[in-house]
Amino acid sequence: MVDVPYDGITGIPPAEVPEVELYHPKSWWTRYVFSQDAKVIAIQYSLTASAIGLVALVLSWLMRLQLGFPGTFSFIDANQYLQFITMHGMIMVIYLLTALFLGGFGNYLIPLMVGARDMVFPYVNMLSYWIYLLAVLVLASTFFVPGGPTGAGWTLYPPQAILSGTPGQDWGIILMMSSLILFIIGFTMGGLNYVVTVLQARTRGMTLMRLPLTVWGIFTATVMALLAFPALFVASVMLLLDRLLGTSFFMPSLVEMGTLSKYGGGSPLLFQHLFWFFGHPEVYIVALPAFGIVSDLISTHARKNIFGYRMMVWAIVAIGALSFIVWAHHMYVSGMFPQFGYFFATTTLIIAIPTAIKVYNWVLTLWRGDIHLRVPMLFALGFIITFVNGGLTGLFLGNVVVDVPLSDTMFVVAHFHMVMGVAPIMVVLGAIYHWYPKVTGRMLNDVLGKFHFWVTFLGAYLIFFPMHYLGLLGVPRRYFELGDTSFIPPSAHSLNAFISVVALTVGFSQMVFLFNLAWSLFKGEASGGNPWQATTLEWQTPETPPGHGNWGKELPVVYRWAYDYSVPGAAEDFIPQNQPPRATQLVQGAAS
Amino acid sequence: MAVALILLLVAIGSVLFHIYSPWWWTPIATNWEYIDHTINITFWITGFVFVAVIAFMAYCVLRFHHKEGRRADYNPENKRLEWWLSVGTGIGVAAMLAPGLVVWHQFVTVPADATEIEVMGQQWQWSFRLPGKDGRLGTSDVRNISTDNPMGLNRDDPHAQDDVVIENGDLHLQLGKPVKVLLRSVDVLHDFYVPEFRAKMDMVPGMVTYFWIKPIRTGTFDVLCAELCGAAHYQMRAKVIIDEEREYHAWLEQQKTFAELSPGNAVVKATYQSGGK
Repeated sequence: MVDVPYDGITGIPPAEVPEVELYHPKSWWTRYVFSQDAKVIAIQYSLTASAIGLVALVLSWLMRLQLGFPGTFSFIDANQYLQFITMHGMIMVIYLLTALFLGGFGNYLIPLMVGARDMVFPYVNMLSYWIYLLAVLVLASTFFVPGGPTGAGWTLYPPQAILSGTPGQDWGIILMMSSLILFIIGFTMGGLNYVVTVLQARTRGMTLMRLPLTVWGIFTATVMALLAFPALFVASVMLLLDRLLGTSFFMPSLVEMGTLSKYGGGSPLLFQHLFWFFGHPEVYIVALPAFGIVSDLISTHARKNIFGYRMMVWAIVAIGALSFIVWAHHMYVSGMFPQFGYFFATTTLIIAIPTAIKVYNWVLTLWRGDIHLRVPMLFALGFIITFVNGGLTGLFLGNVVVDVPLSDTMFVVAHFHMVMGVAPIMVVLGAIYHWYPKVTGRMLNDVLGKFHFWVTFLGAYLIFFPMHYLGLLGVPRRYFELGDTSFIPPSAHSLNAFISVVALTVGFSQMVFLFNLAWSLFKGEASGGNPWQATTLEWQTPETPPGHGNWGKELPVVYRWAYDYSVPGAAEDFIPQNQPPRATQLVQGAAS
Repeated sequence: MAVALILLLVAIGSVLFHIYSPWWWTPIATNWEYIDHTINITFWITGFVFVAVIAFMAYCVLRFHHKEGRRADYNPENKRLEWWLSVGTGIGVAAMLAPGLVVWHQFVTVPADATEIEVMGQQWQWSFRLPGKDGRLGTSDVRNISTDNPMGLNRDDPHAQDDVVIENGDLHLQLGKPVKVLLRSVDVLHDFYVPEFRAKMDMVPGMVTYFWIKPIRTGTFDVLCAELCGAAHYQMRAKVIIDEEREYHAWLEQQKTFAELSPGNAVVKATYQSGGK
């Protein structure tokens, strides 16, 4: 066996503190509903997020019907269109992706991957989910209140978000703010759990530099979210006060529907700064877990260690840190102090370097691998393409002067859908195909999975790649109708219709996936404990699905990093993290 | 290998689409062709990286996909390679950022001979104001707004009296004359957006924002609002017309000043014109 720095034999210290007795459920209710088991909470989070995500999917169909065939569907009016885009955006970014990556994957994978029995604060973890559910219900209720949900755009920019020219001004905006406040409270409870669990509850031998990149991604994203969400929290509270009590945090003297309003002295730009101080890190709160997970999918299915692990960890941390000093690149044409442009363009483009390193290391992991083109790997490849595409168009929008003509056009819509819509969802889907066997004990159907991948990947690419060119042409975003506009040729309207047809097709193909999820639960092939022959701890549990407390009597002990695939001289092409080194190695290790 | 081929086709198809698709930016009407150049530089660099990464990936899939008996290399890291890739990326980023920042400097540096004009946004229409004979725009305040003073100009400011006020009309600009466009809103965010100008900027109630342009070709262009401003955002339209000097002045002659539009003054002016009879 070659001498590898990661595999050095270190004495595993004894546990510093004795194990704490877990909470044991006493009834069906405390086992499956008010459960304190992170795995059950993870499934609750995932199902709730997926349910509200389906609402967002339907909203996107309605938007595409309007954009592709304006004037055809009389049941969609301009106000509703704005409500659809607002709710679609907010649900996808916060209630689906953030909740799914952190509340879903985080809860399921962190304790298993670090070798813990559960999260460190199981009761708070349970509360986190129930408050999240309440936030989702409050959000969903806005569809049924007088005036409907807010149509202020997902960015909720004041003054228009709370003035009468915007749909949902009476109830919608108030409930939206309330729901966000609840979401952040719930998230904070879960987030503190994830951070403390990673820092304090790792099993013996699991050093930080032996953590799988999935844990690094989720951990860093959670730390970021704990720092970023408070900005949204205060912005929401202040906007709520402006709307309900007539304060003027964000409201200057202005005219509302022809008469001078009671507001005065506030700053609309202050809201934008607070919003994007949260909003930009939010992009990476979604992206970093995806980065981590996709690294593990690629490594496992290429049977090769992730290339440049240490660089990958530092890149995640560097991206996380840098993402807090780039927020105003969303505001280049907001009217803020123009000299800020130099600073924010520079920091924004610098992020490209650690991000590019991650991309290089993913594709270099494929080099001289043993690539199994199973469904999770296909989704990982789809992720790389869509992420590279979306990341590169980010270099247009981040470069301040290039952003000037492109901002507020369909180029922006195409860019952010590619980079933080399609790419992370590729990872979510790949991860579901990858971990479904661990969660259920059964494999998802492979043929349906491959069909699902090709339709979703190629379809999503056909939707969003050409859309950039509509933006380059100058087609503005958030337009109910383009009307009679001299610079928009008829061919652009045809392209819009094409995009809509593809979008509906891709949307409906997700039903195949849902069917696969349901059907395989009962009829899927039994998977065994480690169907992908993976190294990380979650695949080494004594039971599949893992039982209460995850590990049976003894916690696992970790002897190696997470990527011992195809180690020369080893009998198999993977060595689990908890497999002790052979006696000969022990001697070598002691000697060196 | 079908998968490798499809991945490669995605890259090639994207490049071909870029070259042959009919959708491209509008013919420019201002001095900001520098912005277009910067976009082109960015397209070249990012296009190269895009094709290189995907081609490499497709090659790996083709060459190293699983076969009976294949075993992957064990290759944790390669400091040299990682270092060179980082440096190369840094150079590529600098090649895009440097021209971008130079052009941004031009963008925020208004030439001294630029004429100040004003665009005001409100739900959901545009108003325009040009300085009168004195070459200066008068002050304004949202609290002065009334039905006969929709732009909220200050009646006590002598500079405001001769300002040319255009309500619900089109804006004309003179070819070759740089203008600093001052942007103001009286209610919510708007954004004065003319695709052919390339320049645009949000209009924020409570502040005055700006951009500057020098028109380089005549024509009639659509004005759109590019910042979501409520229910009729998509209907907030106007036109801007770039004229030769003669046509521009002919148009300007027909416009009304603030003083002429004010009801009190109108009486005085009518009396004056009729010789007081």
